[in-house]
Amino acid sequence: MQHQAQPMPSTDSADDVAVDVDRISKIFQGEDEVRALDDVSVAIRRNEFFTLLGPSGCGKTTLLRVIAGFEPPTMGALRLGGRDISRLPPNKRPINTVFQNYALFPHMSVANNIAFGLEMLGKPKGEIQTIVYDMLKLVQMEHLKARRTSEISGGQQQRVALARALAPKPEVLLLDEPLSALDLKLRKEMQIELKRLQHETGITFIFVTHDQEEALTMSDRIAVMNAGKILQVGSPRDIYERPAERFVANFIGESNFLDATLNGHTVTLKAGGRFQASPPAGVADGAVSVLVRPEHGQVRMGEAAEGELAATIDTVVYSGEATTVHLRLTTGELFKAKMPNTPSEDGRSIEQGAAAALSIAPGAVTVLKD
Amino acid sequence: MSDTALPRHSSRGYSVRSLPGFAVIALFTIFALYAPILILVAYSFNAGNSLAIWEGFSLKWYAQAAQNSAVIDAAIRSLYLALSAAGVATVAATMAALATTRTRRFPGKTMIYALINQPLMVPEIVTAVALLIVFAWIKVATGYTSMIYLIAAHTAFCVPFAYLPIRARLETMDYTLETAARDLYATPMQVFMRVTLPQMWPGIIAGMMLAFVISMDDVVITEFVKSAGQETIPTYMLGQLRRVVTPEVNAISTVILAAGAILVSLFFWLSRERR
Repeated sequence: MQHQAQPMPSTDSADDVAVDVDRISKIFQGEDEVRALDDVSVAIRRNEFFTLLGPSGCGKTTLLRVIAGFEPPTMGALRLGGRDISRLPPNKRPINTVFQNYALFPHMSVANNIAFGLEMLGKPKGEIQTIVYDMLKLVQMEHLKARRTSEISGGQQQRVALARALAPKPEVLLLDEPLSALDLKLRKEMQIELKRLQHETGITFIFVTHDQEEALTMSDRIAVMNAGKILQVGSPRDIYERPAERFVANFIGESNFLDATLNGHTVTLKAGGRFQASPPAGVADGAVSVLVRPEHGQVRMGEAAEGELAATIDTVVYSGEATTVHLRLTTGELFKAKMPNTPSEDGRSIEQGAAAALSIAPGAVTVLKD
Repeated sequence: MSDTALPRHSSRGYSVRSLPGFAVIALFTIFALYAPILILVAYSFNAGNSLAIWEGFSLKWYAQAAQNSAVIDAAIRSLYLALSAAGVATVAATMAALATTRTRRFPGKTMIYALINQPLMVPEIVTAVALLIVFAWIKVATGYTSMIYLIAAHTAFCVPFAYLPIRARLETMDYTLETAARDLYATPMQVFMRVTLPQMWPGIIAGMMLAFVISMDDVVITEFVKSAGQETIPTYMLGQLRRVVTPEVNAISTVILAAGAILVSLFFWLSRERR
């Protein structure tokens, strides 16, 4: 199967959709009612590395559990390849999960863990052995197949959990923050490993994380969630460069929010300067909030010329590969500009308290919905 | 309240051992717990008839107990009773533990806990009298007297002792393992047989052993419920004490003690192997 690296056109034909989440709500009854999922709709495509991204408590794990079948939706329908599976128990769904704590069976060997799903499906012994061997090879764990799961490291447990979930060849693999327990170096390795596995198996991956960098690195498409709702779905580029809302912009990467006035496709910053922008649908002319990423600002010492914004230097933060300059604009607004360090310019010339000129790259101004 | 004034476990160098009187209390407790037992064991080897005057080492009371048909008879009955009661109670307790830990919260759960543990709270003598009355009716009505009454009574008070360790085990078991098994196409029955049960074993064995020991040890309920000629080891010993007291009682006690110690050691060894 071919790996889909480029985002497909936004019109999803039914054939392309693997998982169709159709207006699903999940309400937990308790002392007070908790609306964990609030009328969520999203179409996840075949072969896609799809990420649910959001802060803790945003509903991303609940959505994953609804797809797996561990939680029945309160309202709405869930379709897998066009078939309604909302009422099927988890053991009847061709969907497997990699759990956050791996949930490996401690009383079984590595090989028996991987064989478990195949045995439950009633596959013949010979076939099980072949698949288990292939899976061990796929995750490079052949040498540890006889070990107890308590006798292997966290990274190895992670691989076993992946192999166990992939062995029955599910249509969809769900991953619930599987990398959060690993240290940074191992996490980076596993990110690449996961991409490789998705590519090699051609299975749709639905990945849950709160780590925006992880989401940007690994995903074909990202859904940003907050308070039980999906705020935006798009490729990592879309999400980073064209966030629709302040929450999305704030959650992903670093942001400067500035007051401005919109007139058609022209944005006039309150602090000065006029920019071309394409506002999202539903934003009327008048006062708006715009986003400028720190790396799109360039700082120069001295008085502002035509097209530049006058500012004073607040603080200068050196961070190795870049220097971040905190500026105060004439409106009192703060602006962070992040500039790569070069042998000739490493931020040393920038003086605190001095007057400076800020230039914003053309096309760097994004109008937000709120 | 000042934080620093409290002894803190986290701070290095603090230990309850540094509290005043620690050694004295510890020594006294050990002495009070074990000295009587040591004396009992020592006098089981007494050559004389007395429980107070040492007349030299001998195994004669062990030999006498081993040849006493009443003792052997009572021992076999005790074992039969304890094994039956512990077996049935453990099955019931396992089901109760599953129903109270592997289900969604349901109204009346606390009530169920109280009902299961009722034998721990109702004084034994009350249960004994109640059973005496009810069983007397049944015996009169049916004319049927057998061990079934004792087994039923013992099973009833053994349930909470079997239940508590099994529930404790289930509560420490990771529930996501069962979720994972479900995810991997296991039916609810397969989840139980392949994932839940294999991990519950240490709890089940502990519960069964505890139930067994409690049943072996019971005097009050047995004394009230037993029919004529249904002596168990404890009721036999109680009967002996009313007549002549000889170190034979010590010998029997020592054997029970040793058997108990072996059983408990065996359990620890087994549960370590399983990890």
